[in-house]
Amino acid sequence: MTVLFGQLFTGISIGAVLLLIALGLALTFGQMNVINMAHGEFIMAGAYTTYVLQQSITGAGLSLVVALPVAFVVAGTMGVLLEVLLIRRLYARPLDTLLVTWGVSLILQQLARDIFGSPNVQTRAPELLTGNVALPGGLTIANNRLFILALALAAVAALTLALRLTPLGRRIRAVVQNRDLAAVSGIATSRVDRTTFFLGSGLAGLAGVALTLLGPIGPTMGTNLIIDAFLVVVVGGIGQLKGSVIVAFALGVLQATGEYLTTLSVAKVIVFVAIVAFLQWRPQGLFTLRTRSLA
Amino acid sequence: MTAVTPAPPSTAVRPAPAGAAPPGRPAGRSRLRTLAGFAFGAALLFAVAPLVLSDFRLALLAKYLCVAMVAVGIGIAWGRGGMLTLGQGVFFGLGGYAMAMHLKLADAGPGGMPDFMQLYGQLDELPLWWRPFASPWFALPATVLLPMAVAFGLGSLVFRRRVRGAYFAILSQALAAAMVILLIGQQGTTGGTNGLTDIKGFFGYDLDDPVNQRMVYFIIAGTLLALLALTRQLIHSRYGELLVAVRDGEERVRFLGYDPASVKLVAYVVAAGMAGLAGALFVPAVGIISPALIGIVPSIEFVIGVAVGGRATLLGPVLGAVAVAWARTALSERFPGTWTYLQGLLFVVVVAFLPGGLASLWALARRRDVAAQPLRRGRLSLGRRRAERTEVPAA
Repeated sequence: MTVLFGQLFTGISIGAVLLLIALGLALTFGQMNVINMAHGEFIMAGAYTTYVLQQSITGAGLSLVVALPVAFVVAGTMGVLLEVLLIRRLYARPLDTLLVTWGVSLILQQLARDIFGSPNVQTRAPELLTGNVALPGGLTIANNRLFILALALAAVAALTLALRLTPLGRRIRAVVQNRDLAAVSGIATSRVDRTTFFLGSGLAGLAGVALTLLGPIGPTMGTNLIIDAFLVVVVGGIGQLKGSVIVAFALGVLQATGEYLTTLSVAKVIVFVAIVAFLQWRPQGLFTLRTRSLA
Repeated sequence: MTAVTPAPPSTAVRPAPAGAAPPGRPAGRSRLRTLAGFAFGAALLFAVAPLVLSDFRLALLAKYLCVAMVAVGIGIAWGRGGMLTLGQGVFFGLGGYAMAMHLKLADAGPGGMPDFMQLYGQLDELPLWWRPFASPWFALPATVLLPMAVAFGLGSLVFRRRVRGAYFAILSQALAAAMVILLIGQQGTTGGTNGLTDIKGFFGYDLDDPVNQRMVYFIIAGTLLALLALTRQLIHSRYGELLVAVRDGEERVRFLGYDPASVKLVAYVVAAGMAGLAGALFVPAVGIISPALIGIVPSIEFVIGVAVGGRATLLGPVLGAVAVAWARTALSERFPGTWTYLQGLLFVVVVAFLPGGLASLWALARRRDVAAQPLRRGRLSLGRRRAERTEVPAA
């Protein structure tokens, strides 16, 4: 029982990290159909932002609190720059966007290497987040994992509320559902695109801050994470958030269970096979927006 | 397909193949030109290069030509078929590992075990799945058939369910990630991160001997020319035209009564077979196969050469792949950081601003209408609403 619960929580915390990364993608890929391979480097930017802030703010807790909004803005700004300079020219060519943003991610990685050096750097975690919570039954849960779970859920909640309730969210949803009709109704669709991109990239920055709690920061930290996150959005179905949320946790638990029963490497293969099998059943993902188009 | 020549409406779904004779030119001359081109290429690869280049440079060229073989396959799948496959490293690796396993077993002699297995220490006897590779009659066909089988399995599953565009690209990339993690994880039987290294013999010939290295180069060059000939036949056949049609308007092809899934599957499987062959020949040329050569990053690097050269042309992928690989060696020897910037810029500039690659410059200069220009519209995309928006009426 303890083992089962322990594995479940491991899975959920893997899922929380995935979710935090995938959430930004759910906006840029899911809502705008832009495959941004540089998303991983926005994560890296968020992580390095935390590192830089810790150089001047000595309190680990305070620096973390400051880093969250700053990283959001830094990564978001990078996202807007990318959108304005490159991606908006490529909206009709999603596959080419993938390659172009891969090129951007290479450049950003090398930039990070030149600025911060190739070796990984470490940040200090706040004392509050280094311990464990002991649960009855001899179970312990790491505080930083709990914090990331809370951050992911808060981000989902905030994003959902923003999309549902604010005028901006209404505009974003309108553009997603029917771009032409939205444009005819007086919505500046290109400005909405830019804002969506800012939000999506900013969420990558938040994910970067969270990842500093789990491990070292390096120039290629984003590359390894980004594919799993893309898979989450693909399997979750594009156009809304709930699919990504469910799938992130499902994949996390599947990964943890597979790892427990076999090994880490076999678990990755199991997850991949499961995804291909799932797409046989639901090729458009878990939830889809109904459209009348053929594709 | 910007209509330069006044063409009958049917060209909207059936564009002329890139290398085909423009209207009004006799087909015989085009064939002659192709033959002349092949003769020129053969002369260059078989006569000029071995004479001009040192042994070291020739070995490098052999390596580049292997990459070019993968590029030819990507040209078919991506340039002609619109399937951006970011996991060709998997097939390259399957071919390479199949070959390397055989060569390792041959090096070890009958009943022997590859050196690394004793090194990592847990194994007393050869794992079951290694055993068939002791026979060249199994291992050699496997270098091509194994990748093709994997591509067939994945392709028939995803294409039939109409998983395409970016979805397919991401899945193919995830396959590469999974494969690498698996290889590293099973260190005891796969050599882990190091891969299979230190391969000494190639069917009885000592690979350290420069003469034999030269032979390997000739085999590789010949194979590449054969693959190019095969590809030319393929893209000029009825099937080749159907493939381009599927790329440019999958739904229309479906409505015409064809099955786009099968059309795409053939292209994907052929591309996988070429990558497997390339991997198999890479092993004797370089003497190593490892996860670092087949993972996500190398897989996507295969694509950039194709994009630079011209994804939908016959020769573009080959020239692009060789040029990029050569530039990489030349620059990263001296300025490693600079090369990464340059590579990133290549992706950005070529794909964003010159989607037809350098070959399209040539075509532009000759003012020819080319099917080789990849479609500029988002019809293949998963972009439902965007695709609708940009749907261009068949004018």
